[in-house]
Amino acid sequence: MNLTLFLLALFDGIAYAALVFIVAVGLTLIFGVMRILNVAHGSFYAVGAYLTASLTTFIVSAGLPPIFSFPCMLISAVLVGAVLGGPIEWLLLRRIYHKPEVLQLLVTFAIFMILEDVQRLVWGTQPIFQSTALQLMGTVRAFSVNYTVYQLILLPVVAVLLLFGLRFFLRRTLAGKLITATTEDREAAQAIGIDADKVFLLTFIVGAGLAGLGGALASPTTSILPGIGADMIVLSFAVVATAGLGQIEGAALTALLIGLGRSFAVYVWPETQVLVPYLIMVAVLLVRPEGLFGSPAARKI
Amino acid sequence: MKKLLMATAACMTLPLAAFAQDKPDAIKVGVTAFLTGPASVFGVPAKDAAEIMAEQINEAGGIQGVPLELTFIDEGAGTEVLTTEYRRLVENGADAMLAAISSGNCKTIAPLAEDLKVINIMWDCGTQKIFEEDSYKYVFRSQAHAGTEMLATVAYLLKTKPDFKTIAVVNQDYAWGRDSWDIFSAALKALRPDVEVVGEFFPKFGSPDFSTEISRLQALQPDIILSTSWGGDLDTFVQQAAQRGLTEVSTFVLPLAESSLERLGSSLPSGHIVGARGDHYWNHPERRDDEDFKTFMAKFEEKTGNKAIYPVFHMSQGLAALEAAYDKAAETKGEGWPTEDEVIAAFAGLEFQGLGRPVTLREDHQGIEAQLLGTSVQAGELPFATLENIMIFDGAELTTPVGEESVAWVGSLQPGWVDTLTVEMYEN
Repeated sequence: MNLTLFLLALFDGIAYAALVFIVAVGLTLIFGVMRILNVAHGSFYAVGAYLTASLTTFIVSAGLPPIFSFPCMLISAVLVGAVLGGPIEWLLLRRIYHKPEVLQLLVTFAIFMILEDVQRLVWGTQPIFQSTALQLMGTVRAFSVNYTVYQLILLPVVAVLLLFGLRFFLRRTLAGKLITATTEDREAAQAIGIDADKVFLLTFIVGAGLAGLGGALASPTTSILPGIGADMIVLSFAVVATAGLGQIEGAALTALLIGLGRSFAVYVWPETQVLVPYLIMVAVLLVRPEGLFGSPAARKI
Repeated sequence: MKKLLMATAACMTLPLAAFAQDKPDAIKVGVTAFLTGPASVFGVPAKDAAEIMAEQINEAGGIQGVPLELTFIDEGAGTEVLTTEYRRLVENGADAMLAAISSGNCKTIAPLAEDLKVINIMWDCGTQKIFEEDSYKYVFRSQAHAGTEMLATVAYLLKTKPDFKTIAVVNQDYAWGRDSWDIFSAALKALRPDVEVVGEFFPKFGSPDFSTEISRLQALQPDIILSTSWGGDLDTFVQQAAQRGLTEVSTFVLPLAESSLERLGSSLPSGHIVGARGDHYWNHPERRDDEDFKTFMAKFEEKTGNKAIYPVFHMSQGLAALEAAYDKAAETKGEGWPTEDEVIAAFAGLEFQGLGRPVTLREDHQGIEAQLLGTSVQAGELPFATLENIMIFDGAELTTPVGEESVAWVGSLQPGWVDTLTVEMYEN
């Protein structure tokens, strides 16, 4: 592999990693705080994508400036978080936090299945492609290869901003500190007056919104069709497990490892590209069962 | 005396009553199709088509005077649910089954149909292996298989782009993607041994992003890029390739792209090769002026808002095969409702016609179906590409002979074989 191919693989890997991180970090946040493996996260991703495509199509057909397709992504993410995620936490999940984990998994899986049908009902089964945002940004030529500016620059920039934004939110804002405190020890946090219910609701809305944002950002680059949520949830679980449960920086590093691993596999040994994310996961978990950034759980007396 | 007359009249009607009981109230047919999941892009239009067709058949009096009653099973629910539902339908009295779309499901269903002794028409199965690895009494295929389809694609490619030197493939990483490439590459090696395969990529099924493959292909710059992908995968691949200018550098060969043309809109530029898994095209040059064809196309578009794609044609062939078999069996019998064995016997050498050219069933129960390919053109009349330079190949010449295995057979072809084929050509 010469330098040019190496750099091309690097660019491709970073673009893919950015998208994976944006989705997986929401799952990481929810698990870190609420200790729920939310299968419905894949549905939030899919709904975010569908909503963005529909809103953008509306804007284009209404003759409004296509640049509005970018705010559509944020609107979709907010809608997914607040209108979908919020009521689900409030009406359903709140009732099962003290139930066995398998029940939590079943409930979120049930939500996933219901939302899959809702998507089919609303958007049908035919693939939808709405790439206005991506086309607006055009292409750039690098090492004799055309890249879309959207994938080469926008997605990585959003991912980095998100990483630092989340760090700032959790460490510098009151809401973030409350979330962090509840994550560390829920009982102690409640004892000092933190309303854990509100923290959980806020966390779930933010996490679901991040999944929606992932879907929204992915929508201009991919065909949106039934099943996209399932694919993304599998990959997100791999990222979360490899990173260490609840580790945001770990999710970023793992997404990068997976993105680059997959990309270099295509360039060097295409047969293995499907395996690579899971090989990375197995390799990490064999060496560090608690994940890259995780730490062994302390036993409470 | 009056009682005697009534008893006599009653006795006279008995044979009639017995005959009437033999004729069923309905011909119950189970249809399996993907109604959920990514492959529902094929299953849902097929279901829509089946409903329109059953309505048309029943409005015309049914099959031999008996209405058709369809029940659908979702292949998207998984193989276990599919086989359970399949078994339940058959045990509840289904007269015939139309199964399946997925090649994996076809391989499961074929022996099951044989065990359950139910007529099964494989209406959309791609795998060539069904009748090459086993023989069946109850299982028939009302269309071509991957061998015919890939060979037709190679033939069109060699006829229209004879001078290409390099090729790369981007297929979905599952049975269809792998098997179709095995056949295609074997045929290419036999017919054009000088062509170099510069890249083989098998991204995972349902991949949302082909950026890496596209970068690699841009660096490789092959003359031809083959992709037997379908549905969202094909749409994403072509869209991303077009966005990054790859469609301007290489010629794309897309044997299943007829089913994506409308969705791809302006993304698929002119000059790329498009296949239709048979002679399936909403603007079929030999059928488009036919009144029945036009009526159906109008009804389908009215019901779904979309042009008919190949599963619609395959469904028409599956139902046409069933109707033709009942008609032939009834005609052979003379009077009375044909038994199941008589219907099965009628399938031998059966000719039937759905929306495309007539299809015949060979002695190994394999359908012989014509193949249509064309080159995409953005003529501007519609917001998506249509086809020009259409060729319709005779299916018999492209189908692996009885008793032979497809990959081996296509590998035994000699350079120049393509020039011997029977082809009808149309400008558009």
